[in-house]
Amino acid sequence: MEILVCVKRAPDTLENEITVNKDGTNIEQEDLVYSVNEWDNYAVEEAIQIRDKVGGSVTVVTVGDEDAEEVLRREMAMGADNGILISDKAFENSDGKGIASILKAEIEKGKYDLILTGAQADDGAGQIGGMLAAMLDLPYASLVNKIDSEDGKLTIGREIEGGAQEINEIELPCVLSIQTGINEPRYVGIRGIRKVASIEIPVRTASDLGLDTNAVGDAGAKVKKLDYFIPETGDGAEMLTGSQEEIADKLIELLKAKGGMK
Amino acid sequence: MNRQLFAYITHQNGVANDSAFELAAAAKKISADTSVTAIVTGKGEGLTKVCEQASSAFAKVWKIEDDAFAYPNAELIRALILKILPEKSVILLAHDTFGMDLGPGLSIKLNASFISDVVNIEGTDGDALKTVRQEYSGQVSTHISCDIADGAVINIRPGAFKPEEASIGGKIEDKSSEAAGIAAKRKYVKTIEAEVGDVDITKSEVLVSIGRGIEDEDNIEIAQELADAIGADVSCSRPIVDAKWLEKSRQVGTSGQTVKPKVYIALGISGSFQHLGGIKGSPFMVAVNKNANAPIFQVADIGITDDLLDFVPVLTEKIEKL
Repeated sequence: MEILVCVKRAPDTLENEITVNKDGTNIEQEDLVYSVNEWDNYAVEEAIQIRDKVGGSVTVVTVGDEDAEEVLRREMAMGADNGILISDKAFENSDGKGIASILKAEIEKGKYDLILTGAQADDGAGQIGGMLAAMLDLPYASLVNKIDSEDGKLTIGREIEGGAQEINEIELPCVLSIQTGINEPRYVGIRGIRKVASIEIPVRTASDLGLDTNAVGDAGAKVKKLDYFIPETGDGAEMLTGSQEEIADKLIELLKAKGGMK
Repeated sequence: MNRQLFAYITHQNGVANDSAFELAAAAKKISADTSVTAIVTGKGEGLTKVCEQASSAFAKVWKIEDDAFAYPNAELIRALILKILPEKSVILLAHDTFGMDLGPGLSIKLNASFISDVVNIEGTDGDALKTVRQEYSGQVSTHISCDIADGAVINIRPGAFKPEEASIGGKIEDKSSEAAGIAAKRKYVKTIEAEVGDVDITKSEVLVSIGRGIEDEDNIEIAQELADAIGADVSCSRPIVDAKWLEKSRQVGTSGQTVKPKVYIALGISGSFQHLGGIKGSPFMVAVNKNANAPIFQVADIGITDDLLDFVPVLTEKIEKL
């Protein structure tokens, strides 16, 4: 099976507290640690497991600047066979539809049986998979937490409310957005990344893909981010202060009063 | 302005989801004087009841009954909506697991704009709709401007808009004939309900709940010891289940269990809306988190800015000595 996984570079929320920058134009970039979007990592792991079972190849693709290449290398160190970096100044400030049309142009240059995306990203809208599928006229399922492959079709599980799982059959080729928890993504060490350090990663520009630069990037975006701000907190919590001992004593009294202790 | 507004209503067992009435409230914020049409699909007696409920909040209800819609398969519903929606309409969906499945692709097929997970609507200026979204599990918010001249699909976060008491008495129109010939390459097979685990956290009165801040599987012991000391059960947020450190049956949230304890102690949990969506009945909530900006502090009663790995053992030891 030929599998394409769309990934992106995103701030690592485990490593960062996210705040707004001084003029509210972006999140504070200083000391920000980036990694591959968490959901995408599960998608790549799933792709690798399917390939190892039924054969074929896994290609990872991203739309981003030159820094995004490290994300592709990381996923190739996990076991993806190929990487493609789609990069062009004209793509900056694309909205979801813009990103999906850029990816579509690349996908149409190849032949893929299965296209995976992460279900969402911490800085995203959970929209690329569904948009891509519609643009390519392929069937789609979101929030996928199980994939079984058998001749020409897949049986998939979708995570729905209340911890339940919705089972569907879906024809190939198709697009699936992958939910976290579907598998346990393998660990990638420095050595793994070194091994793929010299592999050539092709870079595609707007003209390589035959894209009209008025339809993507800032020019083509109908959905625009105006600013960032810290939400109103309302009353918020009463914050306990003092030494750990003092805070613990206060909390014990509160828990006693509220029925939190047997 | 002749912009038509629609809302797709989801329902279960003959009862419209709360989100239905929240969509009506959200639509009012786009245009207070435009009447809104609810689209309701399904099969059987339940559908009729849901249409009646919807007619209290919507001026018009389009009822579409067909065997194909006995279960809401987003791929089929998309084909139906494409067929019946007038050009350049604005349609609202709930940003639940169904709306997430339907919204993005629908917007492409309608050649309309898409905004997901909207928590507030500030209004329109001509064709520009100004909304508020959150990023990074609610740590920061953004204003989004969206051009809705060619229509829009707007996914509304469940619980973000307050429904109004209404008795509009909208007209129910049967459009079931439109369902003919709708097909999709994805077929719904069945739903597997959540497994019940060794501890039923939906019945717990006191929960010690852990999130990413626990950092390592071995540290779960720290939470378990506190729970043992106060007679509580241990629950968790999604990343703990993703890491396979605890069973899915221990997960609190919209994709896990809905709990209603008297006291909820959140340790190292950031407080995403998906997690908070699983906590009902306004428990007394204590949050311990080393990130002072964690959204959990907006909803907790008591907050402690500290590393749970340092603080909780101190707390447990004191309780054990009581």
